[in-house]
Amino acid sequence: MRWHGDTLYSEGSPAEPPMLMTQILIRQLENILGPDAILHLPEDVLLYEYDGSVEKGRPDVVVFPQTTHEVSQIVKLAAQRNIPIIGRGAGTGLSGGALAPSGGLLIAFTRMNRILDLDFENQRAVVQPGVVNLDLTRAVEHAGLYFAPDPSSQKSCTIGGNVAENAGGPHTLAYGVTTNHVTALELVLPDGEIVRVGNKHGEAFLYDLTGLLIGSEGTLALITEITVKLSRKPEAIKTLLAIFDTIDDASETVADITARGITPAACEMLDGWTLRTVEDYIHAGFPLDSAAVLLIEVEGITEAVTAQAATIDEICHIHHAREVRVARDDKERDLLWKGRKNSFGALGRVASGIYVLDGVIPRSKLPQTLRRIQEIGQQFGFRISNIFHAGDGNLHPIVLYDPRDAEQYKRALQASAEIIRYCVEVGGSLSGEHGIGMEKNELMPLLFSDADFALMRRVHDALNPNCLLNPGKVFPLNKGCGETRVRPQIPQAVAHS
Amino acid sequence: MTASSTPSLNAFESLLDSPRVAVDPAVRESYAIDGFAPAGVAKPASVEEAAEIVRFAVKEKLAVVPVGARTKLSIGATPIRYDIALDMTAINQMSHYDPADLTVSVGAGMPLAELNATLREHNQFLPLLVPYYSRTTIGGTIASGIDSPLRQAYGTSRDFLLGAEFIDGTGALVKSGGRVVKNVTGYDLHKLLIGSFGSLGVITALNFRTFPAPANPRGFLASFSTPEAALSARRKIAESPLSPLTLDVLNPLAARIFAERAPSSPEPPVFAGENHHHVESPLAAPGEWFHPSDWQLCAAFAGVPEVLHRYSRDLTRIAEQFGATSISILDDATRPSIWGRLREALVLVRESSPFAVIVKLNVLPSLQAQALSILDAVGHAAKIPPALIARASGTLYIALLPLDTAADAFAEPLALLAQEIVSLCHRFEGRASLLFAPPTIKHVLDSTLNSGHNFDLALMRRVKSAFDPHNIFAPDRLFSPST
Repeated sequence: MRWHGDTLYSEGSPAEPPMLMTQILIRQLENILGPDAILHLPEDVLLYEYDGSVEKGRPDVVVFPQTTHEVSQIVKLAAQRNIPIIGRGAGTGLSGGALAPSGGLLIAFTRMNRILDLDFENQRAVVQPGVVNLDLTRAVEHAGLYFAPDPSSQKSCTIGGNVAENAGGPHTLAYGVTTNHVTALELVLPDGEIVRVGNKHGEAFLYDLTGLLIGSEGTLALITEITVKLSRKPEAIKTLLAIFDTIDDASETVADITARGITPAACEMLDGWTLRTVEDYIHAGFPLDSAAVLLIEVEGITEAVTAQAATIDEICHIHHAREVRVARDDKERDLLWKGRKNSFGALGRVASGIYVLDGVIPRSKLPQTLRRIQEIGQQFGFRISNIFHAGDGNLHPIVLYDPRDAEQYKRALQASAEIIRYCVEVGGSLSGEHGIGMEKNELMPLLFSDADFALMRRVHDALNPNCLLNPGKVFPLNKGCGETRVRPQIPQAVAHS
Repeated sequence: MTASSTPSLNAFESLLDSPRVAVDPAVRESYAIDGFAPAGVAKPASVEEAAEIVRFAVKEKLAVVPVGARTKLSIGATPIRYDIALDMTAINQMSHYDPADLTVSVGAGMPLAELNATLREHNQFLPLLVPYYSRTTIGGTIASGIDSPLRQAYGTSRDFLLGAEFIDGTGALVKSGGRVVKNVTGYDLHKLLIGSFGSLGVITALNFRTFPAPANPRGFLASFSTPEAALSARRKIAESPLSPLTLDVLNPLAARIFAERAPSSPEPPVFAGENHHHVESPLAAPGEWFHPSDWQLCAAFAGVPEVLHRYSRDLTRIAEQFGATSISILDDATRPSIWGRLREALVLVRESSPFAVIVKLNVLPSLQAQALSILDAVGHAAKIPPALIARASGTLYIALLPLDTAADAFAEPLALLAQEIVSLCHRFEGRASLLFAPPTIKHVLDSTLNSGHNFDLALMRRVKSAFDPHNIFAPDRLFSPST
């Protein structure tokens, strides 16, 4: 690690040679964690250079703590040496939140994966941050409960990562995003102090610090324990697949369902090109010659679900749906959802790289935004596929490109920025559920003024004064931690020692 | 800024055109908090004017308390400094409402009832049926963090406040969040404004998600002779597939107040089905179907006829299973008499006694039954019977109503009861906060209740300093010296 001579990483004793410093750090980390919880060889840390985004950023050391106390000790150690600290869950994030663009110490929470408490009567669970989203639902479904936020990556993403990015998912239309399901957090501050915010009941006492921390993308504190609400499984579910010959008809249908006072549990749209690609792979029964399908789900008591499904069917037909299918059983329902949830994978078969964008618009602006996305695709020479949460205006345009082609990569980023700019123009925002990370931090000035940044920065500094936690994220470089950090390199001698 | 500090007084008066700035005693008195009047009142007509007043306060080191309709100003600690009352009621425009998007942006000073009246034209609403409904502003509702019986179905404002604009403690106009229902773009600073009592910033505009108004709302009322039966029935409902709009239990004293009193303000209609003429007059008394000597389970539900039938059937069955002594399904004619009182419950209790003390206690739903019986027993023994409203979410409103109102007679038993609540908090991981109390005993009660909180305020103070580096906003309202 090139810590010597780099003031950012310098420590008390300037006479200490860098190799020795690294060795000392590794030994100190081993003292805290034991020998099997630290990676520092280049070939090992290389695996942590990626997440689900198109960005890269390699950490110098990766550690795998198992307790809050260990996290606190690691953080104290890193803070003494002024080493950046990055938290990471499963690394499924799509905005580079778990990457280490300026190197440093990456705390992987994958071994902090215990469910600490289940309280069925009060519908609460206390979990460590590394618990996989779907594993929590599996642990409570026998009691008729589940954890509502359901990102597409729910089989692998962790609840800690969900909290950091305020993750959503298809069913957040009716049930809200992660922040609506978290009542308390245990934090480790950048000086190693352990603090609890919120409470099991959930009503904030004085300031809602839990609400502030959720979605702060690891820039304010490390989260070491999470108290979540568990939701009750509905009595009845109906899943409808409506098939349209034009995207506009599908968009109008979404607007009309909302206008009629129905809030479906989920309302997803796939455009024609995408659904053909997905069908080729998944065989979900999507018709190959349509322009768009809507996947709509209603949940609740049987009587309400029956009535709502009938109304939705009627609305779809008013807007010229060619066909409305209703899943007859769980098997058919699972197949329809399989088509949606594995669509990114299906697209991966036809392009060497996919870039999943995330923008959010007022839902009434759906038709015009989809048209604009197609124009932008043509302008930059990309096929842009659309799979998204139509019900809440959360778009996921997917740019198919070749990441090995530097010029294509650059153009993909430009096309993305252009789409996000348009989202803002029509009254939307930069991200619905993936976060800003290091993907969109330079786009933040589209929405925020200098005064907005100044306040956000003061709040940042109130918790993370020395920019040790997740530097280079969320804030544009000139509004954030100021200095551009030089990426440290690991000296060969240490790497092979 | 005291009346004698003439230079800054003159400067203050020249900030805005008369009469939007006032220093005369009669006006100032009407802005008093617990009898403490500000040195001046400013009522800006624009956000820029409001920011100018804040910058003036920064320069002159003056304490500013932003206010709306002033219905809930007595919640929170009595201020130690209170120079300027910043009246935001003139900043009351609806800047954006697109019914198709189900989002709305409004100025902080807009009355909540007026906002809902506009949404009602599009068969939508904001699920905030809070006390002082006909007068309260949307800004005050958010800043006070007050909840509504509808939280059972819709959550609290935290769940549907999408963004905010506010003036921070440097006098800068800032924003957080947006106008879309899903948004991870920067810190959710607007969530911190909920329940902040003006201590972080001056809210100028708020963005909300709106909701389709429930079709055919109905009420359900069941009486039980014991709290255990009422709470067991409530739990059974909460665990059933039903999702009622409201789900509250009242003790007999609260029920008696419901039977005997009506809110003094008129009752504007909220939902499309509500008869305008019927509900705009003061609420009718509940009919003979209401049995105030019992514990009441109050629920509301809505939907198409099949759904209404299912709710009526299942709720009745559950109530019968737990030995309900009477069961009523309330329609548009009868429902407002209970629902309106439930919304205004804190007002009714306050108006029932000048010595009423109201405490909010949050405990987990599973511990509420124990908490209720302890409070009921201790209250009666101390001759301060409590009126209790227990929401299914676990929020419990405790209204202490001293029978003997000679000051020296109720102060001591009240202090003992407060101690009991603190001990409940310890045992049940609860959180108690004082909402209303006579000013003479407020400070003592507040200190007692706050002594029960064993959590660290350091982080909150750091956040407060980030928003308000010069500590000009409502100083000591949330962090009184005793905390």
